[in-house]
Amino acid sequence: MSKLNLIIKREYLTRVRKKSFIIGTLLAPVGLLVYFLVIVGLTKYEGGGEVKVAVLDEGGVVGIIPDDRGVRYIPASDKTLEQLKSEVLEGTYNGVLQVPTLGSLKQKELTVFYYSDDKLAPEKRQYIEKRIADKVRDFKIDSLRLDRTSIETLDTDVSIDPESIAKEGEDESKYTIGVGLAIGGIMAFIMFFMVMMYGQMVMRSVMEEKTNRIVEVMMSSVRPFQLMLGKIIGAGAVGLTQVLAWIVLSGAVMFLMPFLVDVDPQAMQPPPGAGAAIDPEVAQGEAFRLFQELGKQNWPMIVGSFLIFFLGGYFIYSSMFAAIGSAMGDDYGEGQALVLPVTIPIILAFYIVAFVGIRNPDSGLMVFASMFPLFSPIVMPFRMAFSPPVWQVALSLILVVASAFFFVWMAGRIYRVGILLYGKKVTLKEIGKWLFYR
Amino acid sequence: MILSIQNVVKQYGKHTAVNHVSFDVPKGCVFGLLGPNGAGKTSLIRMITTITGPDEGAIYLDGELLNERTPEQIGYMPEERGLYKKMKVGEHLLYLAQLKGLSEKAANEEIKHWFDKFEINDWWNKKVEELSKGMQQKIQFITTVVHKPKLLILDEPFSGLDPINTTLIKDEIRQLNEAGTSIIFSTHRMEQVEEMCDHIVLINQGKNVLYGEVKAIKNEFKENLFRIETSDTLPGDFDKHFQVASRPDGAVVVKLDEAASRNNELLRYLIQHNIHITRYEEILPTFNEIFIRRVEETQN
Repeated sequence: MSKLNLIIKREYLTRVRKKSFIIGTLLAPVGLLVYFLVIVGLTKYEGGGEVKVAVLDEGGVVGIIPDDRGVRYIPASDKTLEQLKSEVLEGTYNGVLQVPTLGSLKQKELTVFYYSDDKLAPEKRQYIEKRIADKVRDFKIDSLRLDRTSIETLDTDVSIDPESIAKEGEDESKYTIGVGLAIGGIMAFIMFFMVMMYGQMVMRSVMEEKTNRIVEVMMSSVRPFQLMLGKIIGAGAVGLTQVLAWIVLSGAVMFLMPFLVDVDPQAMQPPPGAGAAIDPEVAQGEAFRLFQELGKQNWPMIVGSFLIFFLGGYFIYSSMFAAIGSAMGDDYGEGQALVLPVTIPIILAFYIVAFVGIRNPDSGLMVFASMFPLFSPIVMPFRMAFSPPVWQVALSLILVVASAFFFVWMAGRIYRVGILLYGKKVTLKEIGKWLFYR
Repeated sequence: MILSIQNVVKQYGKHTAVNHVSFDVPKGCVFGLLGPNGAGKTSLIRMITTITGPDEGAIYLDGELLNERTPEQIGYMPEERGLYKKMKVGEHLLYLAQLKGLSEKAANEEIKHWFDKFEINDWWNKKVEELSKGMQQKIQFITTVVHKPKLLILDEPFSGLDPINTTLIKDEIRQLNEAGTSIIFSTHRMEQVEEMCDHIVLINQGKNVLYGEVKAIKNEFKENLFRIETSDTLPGDFDKHFQVASRPDGAVVVKLDEAASRNNELLRYLIQHNIHITRYEEILPTFNEIFIRRVEETQN
């Protein structure tokens, strides 16, 4: 077995056998499951229990309001405000809702008073406002003798359906953007996470070898470049193993989900004000179109290029982390100044996706960022879901692969000097000089 | 020659760590590589072990210019030692032995041999961090010699070892040397140099300042000082005939010139005057003195 293979094997096996790796790999999907259960639980949760409200309908505007979402409306127009206030203090009601007379039918604003010493939860307040507004609307429709069905025909849901001119027949539905954003966002996040986590793992491992002095023994057997490359490849393989394990396990969890919890469709409805309740049949149709849209994506292309960008990005950043790790002494805190220049581009790339990409995936900044090799491993996979021009993808791929080779070579030159240098605080300028040592 | 260093220069930026150094290490000898801290010993060792390359000059191992097969022929135990703390002892040794070019099978056999020799067969599955420091040193020694190197480079091999382990490792080094392994021994401990080395080179400020056989160097540095111990009093004109260097605890130390020393003039004088001699010896310089003298001489 070649020396490089031996190093890769050791780096891989020692990490994969670690308890922390096994636990982390197994627990992450369980964590995902718990997360979903909590979300489901939260959507079902009715904030703060039932509220009993006495309705003092002074102008007969609202009439009887049906109980809704933890609010019970009790008509109490036969009593005076003072009587009702004392009943609130006695605990019969939680509060009194005083709906004043409408001045004229043209009145656009109506202030309703709520008497209580308990705070009304913002959510309940929204519900109540919406209910009363609906009732006032009904009251106005009746008073103006308007035809209710004619008015309802005035409301129209409008959505833009993008159609390509060049690629006729390839229908893009209104879901294309949403699905693209979701896929791109997830990929950008995985990239960011993997590069940060495994890059820093390489750095810590290099530092550890330097601090516990094994490195001098290693250097008398293998070339510094072999050790560095073996470490980077070994840790990268661990990362891929973890991602694959997560994909398989998450798939299993997603498959099992419906059996574990009964998801209440009511609970998934948007809150009032966000539009009318969704008709179950319509919802089914939407879900179908969503899956149709997912199926229409060019998955081999997306996954394939994702892998290349992943490897490219991983090699670029982990080799930089390895170089930094070799230059650091025992003091991690002191080395932070060296870590920062490496982490800034990753974070910047992620911000570009989060703040620009989501609003406009094809903007000039996004096109530039998806070419620039320090950003492209995170930015290009995000853009992939929006079918960017093929030449851009190809150019970006070439640039990222070429840069990966360049960065690994450069890191190797820094590493071979830094790894054997002890007891010296190193500056970036000095690291730059090492590049030119013979 | 097992090793030939020819006019080697190594620079780090503006600093010249090794400045035109040349010396040969004869096959089968124990060779002392000496020098004060920062003299350039480690830089030199790193070039011999091919960790770094010389800027100028050439290094030959067993007649061959250093190449990618060199590491497999050298065993190097650095002064700052280390092992992967979380690895099991057996796996660790296997890993390092395979990196030195042994097949898995051969590595297994060699390690078993050393485990038997040190009677540590039950350590195979222990983690390195579970071992005491002394035990780790033994493992470190095995990693250095497991691939049967032609040349062994030991940098302060006994630092941190207790007397029992020191003796054990010393014996192993002797046995390996008798079996034909050449050994370069880098140390500050001069009594060890006198005890173990037959040749030395002394490096100071990147330069070779003293090189040769231990015995020859001692002869070269002798100052013709003779120490006499006697129960009689010396004649009154003794001081007129000889230059008395000092009189430590009733003894007399006399400094002779070269010719007088060769002709045993002092002895003849003492016998002629019927002085009863209880002890007579030539004072040879210790390596410690030679080391300090040579370093101070070359400091400027």
